[in-house]
Amino acid sequence: MPLLEINSLTVDYPTRVGTVRAVDRVSISVEKGQTLGIVGESGCGKSTLGLAVIRLVPSPGIMTEGSIMIDGTDIMRLSNNEVRELRGKVGFIFQDPMTSLNPVKRIGDHFVEFIRTHEKEVSRQEALEKTGKILESLGILRERTTDYPHQFSGGMRQRVMIGLGLALNPKLLIADEPTTSLDVIVEAQILELMNKLKKDYDLTLILITHNIGIVAEMSDLIAVMYAGRVVEFGPTEQIFENPLHPYTKGLLESAPNILHPERSMHPIPGSPPDLISPPPGCKFHPRCPHAFEPCPLREPFLVMKERRFVACHLYD
Amino acid sequence: MQTERGRIIVQLIPQFVRLSKRGMAGWTVLIGSVIVVAVVGMTLLAPWIAPHNPIAINVGPIMAAPSSEFPLGTNHLGQDMLSRVIWGGSMVLQVALISVAMCVAVGVPIGLLASYAGGNTDKGTSLVMDSIYAFPGLVLAIAIAAMLGRGVLNMSLAIAVVYVPSYYRIVRSQVLTIKELSYVEAARALGAKSRSIILRYVMPNVVPSVVSVATINFADAILTAAGLTFVGLGLSVAVPDWGWDLTYGRQLLPAGAWWVIAFPGLMIVLLALGFTLIGEGLSELWSPRLEQ
Amino acid sequence: MPPFVEVNNLTKHFPVQKGFLEAMFSGKRDFVRAVDGISFSIKKGETFGLVGESGSGKTTTGRILVRLIEPTSGEIEFDGQPVTRMNAEEAQTFRRRAQIVFQDPAAALNPRMTVGNAIKHALDIHGIGSDIERREEVLRMLKRVGLTPPDNFHNKYPHQLSGGQRQRVVIGRAMILKPQFVVADEPVAMVDVSIRAQILDLMVSLKQEFGLTYVFITHDLATANYFCDRIAIMYLGKIAEIGLRGEVFKSPKHPYTVALMSAIPVPDPKHKPERLIPRGAIPSPITPPSGCRFHPRCPKAFNRCPNEDPGMTRITSTHEVACHLFDETKAGQ
Repeated sequence: MPLLEINSLTVDYPTRVGTVRAVDRVSISVEKGQTLGIVGESGCGKSTLGLAVIRLVPSPGIMTEGSIMIDGTDIMRLSNNEVRELRGKVGFIFQDPMTSLNPVKRIGDHFVEFIRTHEKEVSRQEALEKTGKILESLGILRERTTDYPHQFSGGMRQRVMIGLGLALNPKLLIADEPTTSLDVIVEAQILELMNKLKKDYDLTLILITHNIGIVAEMSDLIAVMYAGRVVEFGPTEQIFENPLHPYTKGLLESAPNILHPERSMHPIPGSPPDLISPPPGCKFHPRCPHAFEPCPLREPFLVMKERRFVACHLYD
Repeated sequence: MQTERGRIIVQLIPQFVRLSKRGMAGWTVLIGSVIVVAVVGMTLLAPWIAPHNPIAINVGPIMAAPSSEFPLGTNHLGQDMLSRVIWGGSMVLQVALISVAMCVAVGVPIGLLASYAGGNTDKGTSLVMDSIYAFPGLVLAIAIAAMLGRGVLNMSLAIAVVYVPSYYRIVRSQVLTIKELSYVEAARALGAKSRSIILRYVMPNVVPSVVSVATINFADAILTAAGLTFVGLGLSVAVPDWGWDLTYGRQLLPAGAWWVIAFPGLMIVLLALGFTLIGEGLSELWSPRLEQ
Repeated sequence: MPPFVEVNNLTKHFPVQKGFLEAMFSGKRDFVRAVDGISFSIKKGETFGLVGESGSGKTTTGRILVRLIEPTSGEIEFDGQPVTRMNAEEAQTFRRRAQIVFQDPAAALNPRMTVGNAIKHALDIHGIGSDIERREEVLRMLKRVGLTPPDNFHNKYPHQLSGGQRQRVVIGRAMILKPQFVVADEPVAMVDVSIRAQILDLMVSLKQEFGLTYVFITHDLATANYFCDRIAIMYLGKIAEIGLRGEVFKSPKHPYTVALMSAIPVPDPKHKPERLIPRGAIPSPITPPSGCRFHPRCPKAFNRCPNEDPGMTRITSTHEVACHLFDETKAGQ
């Protein structure tokens, strides 16, 4: 049984000028111990999808359709109390470590408070003990629990955020652009750390990013999103070797590649669609070099092709 | 002239309709505007709609309760309260308008120039402004008004001094942010002079917050003007004024004549509320917010 | 041919803002040594990359090059003319010749100015052409930067455009004065991935058309590798390594360059990188380490490193590195 199974999930944001469908009938499943990379441009719905898994879709967004099963539990049916429990079981790491910590609270207190809201029977002493252990596994000295966030560098703060994500021994860790605001070297440190933690804590990881290089390195599976839809979903190596969807192909070729500069930076024409009035049919068709008659007329279904899923009329 | 005015009003109507489609904030502005327009209109039309001369005494019985003949009652001089309420806003409104205009004319340029210049100019100006700001507003206004003497202009000036720092502060905080934005850097890179940077890049982005402060400030000025009159620094008793009515009404309250104080007080609160609603609504409408 | 831009021993130290009490009781002023003695030269028609992490001083250097910041010391010569000592008239001419493109296109445009006016203002300032000619010129530029049809974009406000379109406006505004020298400060960092290559291609075609010289500031080595002819790697206000693109990328010499290159994620799942990640984080630029600034994090540091500041050592006629490792090999020869 997959650890995470998302079925036909749809998230809508009603706005004054119309409804924005941020996530559009997304179906994804991830086995225990795998790393799933969700890639796409800003506004493609990847962050909303991540937040939906912990039932944290920001207002006024609503999940209008579909189901999310974590370890066999349908999280759409949970009561408010159970949702809080869920947020303990699923760790979440946000993009910006600078604003996610309370500046007037010691690092240790962040952990103690977080642990004790979810596990009331744990004493303060026990929680601090656990915090020390987690911080050590992240390469932070135990003594630093009494420091304030401003005494940490950006990279160290992101380690603290990862630590908080791990504090309740989650099975699933979702990281939304965890290294985007960090420098290259710190990014490499954090990614290395996440790989180590994945083994140590037996985690399933969902990595949301726009950086193709990071998914290539970290993930077993890739879901490529465009305008709220998953357009291609499958094993990382296959997707890189032979991308089926023209958007996936464009995305791979537009990424800079330091080893093969000649194979990189090929632009995708046009710009990402306006989600309030997306183009009809396949939402990628105005930018697609292979578009043909059916593309503007109907939306392609996600179909199985060569051991992966793709939503493109070329493969109907 | 008449048709010109008519056309402006006709053009304004769709604007208000559009406001009602912009959620809570739009409605707040709309309701505030209706209140303000109603009160201002009433004051402007006072000579035609007031049933009696507001300062004529013994128009009716002394301290009569509201009745069909005197809907808001009469005071201890037998003056008609309805007529006094209708007339009584003129001074308050004039003072508020002039003082707000003075504040904008002084506070905004000082804020723009001093904070754009930065350094010691900014520090010095801020020190002066913060010192004024530290005084309790009404007390300072009373002191200045007592020094200057009576009169609409003097009263406006007293109030303006109190509120200039509010404008200075809002402008300064905005300029400090805008100054660091790359579009100001870009203008400098293009070779734009400081004057043109302030006028074309900084000021247009400060105006919305100044307007919303100004409307809220109208409310404050109205309360302060009424307050000044209440403590006896207002205009001559011969001019009908809500503030005076409050002063005398207070003495009549023990005798059970609540109407003398209640209706003028209500008008002050209503007018202040109207301006506050507009200001709060506008600042909400203009504040940048995430669309997604 | 003499270099087009020559930078000599440039420094910029920003005073650290202190609290009121602190300033009263401690007489000493602290400085952020953002740029601390760098020298390089740029040839006409070249794309010169300034690459580094945050705090390396690359952005400050770029700002100084276009006279948005006064340097603390050092010389810059632009086409034979000293940039730091110009009178008002020379400065105004310099503005027409040197422009800058910013990182965040949303912040680089006045939200209350239409796209057309934003570009036209440059022509207004320098009094170029009549009002009608200016408008024509702006429309031509909008078309040139790919905002077609230009009439549609002319009266739009920045918030009505996408990120990529805004960056095109920013580029158009920089180009309207027909400059010869453009500093591009992370021009694609805040633009969508699929659009980045479009923007860079636009910059390349503008370079060819106008014979531009670029300084390309970036934290992203992979983009620099795609875009630049020559690259300087900066670390904590100093240049660690400088050379032709091929030299720096194919045979990086400075341990910091090596680390930086190995840290970049490669979009190829079969590539298993050998990571040489330095320990710890970048030290504070207020109190930078003694000697070589990279020594506390350097895997190859030895006794000379904390004590002596390495000068630039020539590897080839175009490739220089500031590292004692190469200093010694040279000394041994």
